[in-house]
Amino acid sequence: MNKRWGYWLFFVALFLAPFYLTEFRLSLLGKFLCFAIVAVGISLIWGYTGILSLGHGVYFGLGAYCMAMYLKLEASQGHLPDFMEWSSVRELPWFWKPFAHPVVAIAAAIVLPTLLAALLSYFTFKNRIQGVYFSLLSQAVVVVFVTLFIGKQEWTGGTNGLTNFSTVFGFSLSSPLTQIVLYWLTAAVLALIFVMTRRLTTGRLGKVLIAIRDAENRVRFLGFNPTVYKVFVYSLSAAFAGVAGALFVLQVGLISPEMMGIIPSIEMVLWAAVGGRHSLMGAIMGAIVMNTAKSFLSENYPDLWLLLLGALFVVVVLFVPKGLAGIYESLAAVRIKEKRGHECEARVDVS
Amino acid sequence: MKPVLMCRDVVVDFDGFRALQGVDLAVYPHEVRFLIGPNGAGKTTLLDVICGRTRATDGRVLFFSHDITKRPEYEIVQMGIARKFQSPSIFPFLTVWENMELAMRQDRRLRSVLRAKLTGEEKEMMAAQLEKIGLLDERHRLAGSLSHGQKQWLEIGMQLIQRPQLLLLDEPIAGMSAAERERTGEWLHEMAEHCAVIIVEHDMDFVRRYSKQVTVMHEGKVLCEGSMDEVQQNEQVIDVYLGRGKNACCASGM
Repeated sequence: MNKRWGYWLFFVALFLAPFYLTEFRLSLLGKFLCFAIVAVGISLIWGYTGILSLGHGVYFGLGAYCMAMYLKLEASQGHLPDFMEWSSVRELPWFWKPFAHPVVAIAAAIVLPTLLAALLSYFTFKNRIQGVYFSLLSQAVVVVFVTLFIGKQEWTGGTNGLTNFSTVFGFSLSSPLTQIVLYWLTAAVLALIFVMTRRLTTGRLGKVLIAIRDAENRVRFLGFNPTVYKVFVYSLSAAFAGVAGALFVLQVGLISPEMMGIIPSIEMVLWAAVGGRHSLMGAIMGAIVMNTAKSFLSENYPDLWLLLLGALFVVVVLFVPKGLAGIYESLAAVRIKEKRGHECEARVDVS
Repeated sequence: MKPVLMCRDVVVDFDGFRALQGVDLAVYPHEVRFLIGPNGAGKTTLLDVICGRTRATDGRVLFFSHDITKRPEYEIVQMGIARKFQSPSIFPFLTVWENMELAMRQDRRLRSVLRAKLTGEEKEMMAAQLEKIGLLDERHRLAGSLSHGQKQWLEIGMQLIQRPQLLLLDEPIAGMSAAERERTGEWLHEMAEHCAVIIVEHDMDFVRRYSKQVTVMHEGKVLCEGSMDEVQQNEQVIDVYLGRGKNACCASGM
């Protein structure tokens, strides 16, 4: 009950943020909430199911590019997007055309990452490739996509990525009101995904996932097919990342290969690790806290950030393997123990 | 009577090492069959082949009249073959109750698991099974915090609640106290009222006390079958196994 109140408080505070944050801070928070959506997915696959993916940047990036293609076409107003003209492309490539429809773009931002994740995970998990091998494979996918996106400059905008958007559904992206609405949309999506994932993990599915994490063989010999479950959660987490990417592009107005590369992919894992990967709320807090720290430090001490990031990772792995959520839980446990201790003493007194 | 399980000429070849070299075995309903034999005789490998963990290079495994030689593990389990592993294999970070919930007979496809809720009937069944293995009072504890013997029992309970038709037990009493062993032994024949049991055991005292039918394996083959008394009289068995004196049994029993 206590916990539930905490969740309510957290989300109410998020929804009220436009009333107490400056425009600049709000836009940062909106970005962090996108990252928090990714972190929920990471917690689901890593904390619950034991799948360490170092490739979630790709799913995030795919979602972002899908949305960005729509925004770019809207900004070009029927003309060829600017970067294509620079690469002397004469006609809009066929696969760009459907993205003129917002519904197609939004659907693709979810479906494409999900399909890619399903394909990758089906073939690896079916062949029982696990642990570090899967992590490396997922990282290889990042390299492939980043190389592809940089190389195909005439289709993707190359290293610069897609930017210079003006409107979404006819509303100006630079207007504060649009930004606030987009922020609320992001907060609502985060809340929805949190509630949904929480329901999944507290039900029987959550138990199956933890069981797969701890003893996959035993799960198999209880008659479950672990491959199906792993592909399902992995694809689901990719869908989350895709949605997050789409929301990210709407608020930040830019997506480039650099943002879906190896370093962002690893950072995503770090958010969950610092927050506590076994806890969905922990992962959300991890994403927000880490990125707040990052923007504070890189505003003030730009050279220090990477060093600190590394140090933080080492400290978390060595000393707080359960992250922020772990610290909170052990404090709560101490409180319960004290309470019980008092009760026991009381009982002893009576007898 | 039709056998529950038929192994016909099962061969397992691990890159040139023939762990099983043509094993024939028939197990009938309500039978408790002990598999004994020195280390490396292929007892565990045979269990692995039956439950699909290891693939037979040659030969066939029939469960009732279904050929299960090439079925995936989870299908074999769903057909009614449950396996208890040698070292207790339970889910340490789930409670005893949750362990049972996953083990319980159910539709194990994703879409039904997504919607699954325990019914009153299922809860009663789980409670009854937990009562039986003496873990009802421990049901809210994490399974990882149980004692070794309790873990063994939990795993056996998890197999029984699946209502299997064939139960494979690999050294179930390893690490149990004397009292726990005795209870397990008495329990074995009670289990057999509901299913056939194949049990691999090294502890010869235990085998002597609780066995009816014993199959002796040696170097990947079945040496002979019969009651413990008959088996002990068999010259081949004396030669390769019992004949080496008690030390051989005890050493492998450890």
